[in-house]
Amino acid sequence: MSLRMPVQLMAEIQRHAEQQYPEEGAGLILGSLDGEDRTARSVLPVSNTFEAKQRGRRYLIDPMAILQAEKEADRTGLSVLGVFHSHPDHPPTPSKFDLEWAVPWYIYLITAVRQGIAEQTRAWRLQEDHVEMIEEQLAIEPEAR
Amino acid sequence: MSSIRVPTALRGYTDGQIEVHTEAATVGGALQELAKRYPGLAPHLFGAEGQLRPYVNLFVNDQDVRALAGVHTPLAEGDQLMILPSVAGG
Repeated sequence: MSLRMPVQLMAEIQRHAEQQYPEEGAGLILGSLDGEDRTARSVLPVSNTFEAKQRGRRYLIDPMAILQAEKEADRTGLSVLGVFHSHPDHPPTPSKFDLEWAVPWYIYLITAVRQGIAEQTRAWRLQEDHVEMIEEQLAIEPEAR
Repeated sequence: MSSIRVPTALRGYTDGQIEVHTEAATVGGALQELAKRYPGLAPHLFGAEGQLRPYVNLFVNDQDVRALAGVHTPLAEGDQLMILPSVAGG
């Protein structure tokens, strides 16, 4: 499995992560499916609705935002491919809490933000047995002309 | 008869079905019926102890069942039960 991500969408994800710093920023990825391969077509930054005091290390997306994204995906013939969020001043690897709440099949992009500057983004997916998240290939593609 | 709307993330376990019809009388019954019909889906709805996974949100006609009667919420003719993943992490 791999996720192809146009460079301008990656820039949008990283910009959102920087804007939300020192809190975690999050959003949803919509795109198309071709067998095991997924291609991102748009990203939907959303509010982090976790309790305010803990937003530096936790995020929560309101189920109604998921519902709206699902309906938007149905309307446009796309799919909700997964989720992106940031780790302020922490590496872009899944935390125990990420694993505990991970939804199967979704791809999870995690962006490390150090001192307000977005650094590396890596892609992860929950294994079928829910025991761990494994890294997936993230292919950044040139901007479409 | 009512229907269950399956989110994108779980459609791989329902043969790609977006909507599945059910005759179950309650939300809990509908989930059990769904899990029985698609055994591959069951471990993603329920944990080892049979409890609902933390990311499973349930809505009947856009109303969160936690504000109704939870899994005991009745399903009437034409109702739509939506399974929506709760997305969280840290």
